[in-house]
Amino acid sequence: MIRYALGRLTSLIISLFVASLVIFAVIEVIPGDPAAFMLGVNAQPDTIAALRAEMGLDQSVITRYFGWVTGLLQGDFGQSWTYKTPVAELISDRIWVSLPLAIYALILSTLIAFPAGIFAASRRGGPGDVTIMGATQLGVAIPNFWFAMILVLIFAINLRWFSAGGFPGWDNPLQALKSLTLPAIALALPQAAILARVMRSSLLDMLGEDFIRTARAKGLTRRQALWRHAVRNALIPVLTIIGLQFSFLLAGGIIIEQVFFLPGLGRLIFQSISARDLIVVESVVMLLVFTVIIVNFAVDLAYAAVDPRLRAKA
Amino acid sequence: MSRNLIIGAGLSVLFICLAALSFIWTPYDIEALDIPNKLQAPGGANLLGTDHFGRDILSMIMMGARTSIAVALVAVGIGMALGIPLGLLAAARHGSLLDELIMRGNDLVFAFPSLVIAILITAVFGASAVNAIIAIGIFNVPVFARLTRGAALPLWERDFILAARVCGKSAARISVEHILPNITNLMIVQGTIQFSLGILAEAALSYIGLGAQPPTASWGRMLADAQTLVSIAPHTALVPGFAILLMVLGLNLLGDGLRDWLDPRIRVARV
Repeated sequence: MIRYALGRLTSLIISLFVASLVIFAVIEVIPGDPAAFMLGVNAQPDTIAALRAEMGLDQSVITRYFGWVTGLLQGDFGQSWTYKTPVAELISDRIWVSLPLAIYALILSTLIAFPAGIFAASRRGGPGDVTIMGATQLGVAIPNFWFAMILVLIFAINLRWFSAGGFPGWDNPLQALKSLTLPAIALALPQAAILARVMRSSLLDMLGEDFIRTARAKGLTRRQALWRHAVRNALIPVLTIIGLQFSFLLAGGIIIEQVFFLPGLGRLIFQSISARDLIVVESVVMLLVFTVIIVNFAVDLAYAAVDPRLRAKA
Repeated sequence: MSRNLIIGAGLSVLFICLAALSFIWTPYDIEALDIPNKLQAPGGANLLGTDHFGRDILSMIMMGARTSIAVALVAVGIGMALGIPLGLLAAARHGSLLDELIMRGNDLVFAFPSLVIAILITAVFGASAVNAIIAIGIFNVPVFARLTRGAALPLWERDFILAARVCGKSAARISVEHILPNITNLMIVQGTIQFSLGILAEAALSYIGLGAQPPTASWGRMLADAQTLVSIAPHTALVPGFAILLMVLGLNLLGDGLRDWLDPRIRVARV
């Protein structure tokens, strides 16, 4: 297990290193001068010179890259050009919208998908199975931002149960959760559809295994065999998918935040893009990629801890 | 033929025909503004109603289908053109440093949240349909590379490949003449699925303003325009949304149907 973990850790570090190189390079290859790009065509030469100095453009590329990375490692994400505040501060204000939203959606998606997948598998081929599988086909095909608009139309505009957008802050946790509910449902539904399909097929694989026949032969009912033996084993691939989905939810949240005017990382990225504040864009993108890579690493480790066969394979 | 295949093929053909028809004819000119006639409900002179500029929504859906299909098709093309050769190469040199490099590179691209990178690319190089294609296309490469390698590896163990090697064929020739024809079905099925994902990605990118730019019509941007109108004219949001939903649903069903139809083993099992 330790050898496996060390191997995964090495590839984690390489991934993070290459990711930082790629993101840095994309910003570097902007045609012309990044400072002039950020300030637009009407910028005064002395403003450009000031920004150049602030971004350290008078130094070599290698110095700048290492300066950026050591800054990131110490939690210093640089200074936003448009907001005139440290990027770390901008991020820490907004992460408390984006992260809870992703977690909320992940919980919802799991709560919908597990019963649906288990129900469909246990009634394979029956009307319940066909209905659920049909619903998942629709769920996979729906663009989540459109689903979000439909939710707003029904539950905010017509029924007035929820507000159509905005975020009141965490001072009143109940209100805050309420304002994240429609966005979380919109994010969760397509993921729940995928997860339910994985749950169903993984469970069907298990139900065909010899140990289920043994369990039935020793006198367990179908229901007992399903819950005691099949579901538990079917969970392994499902957990991997849940881990991967977290990254989709975090990134997908960027678009859903736009629909609901939520002040999260997504809005920060878009405001920075339109303000051409590349320092913010670069750091937020790196933070998102970093989170996704770390989560995938954690899933790999958890997976190997549960299933010893994987350690041998690696 | 299964029901999936028929419904899926029907929906896909419908949208492809709409897109093709838009080259020669649309009910109205989508660049002509007709403000007095704005936000008409569906069913009148404009079959699917009009938007906030009085433009005919059916015509815009037809033009939008063109954009969606073009972007997704080229993105899948990029993924196949780069991914399949990489996968074949990795399989042919199985276990070598090259194989390891290709697969680790794949893992890395996989680990990136695709949407975030698409945003980064369009932020730096500007929002356009071409940049959207590149951003979506890059993430198709590892999908095809991984699938190709996975399917090609067991083939390399088969007797007919051994026979080809005995005949003195090179690894490259074997890959092209014997491996590739045997994985074509798989690639077609995966291509259909990636195509539908491409349609969704294009819609999402245009919705946030990073895809095709005006005056090019796009379903995602129609939805972005509709966002503030949804309470007074719900059809402006419903129609483009259903277009995306039906097109993606059609492609997914087509992919499922093709997989069952092209794989004789599954067909036999069903009989």
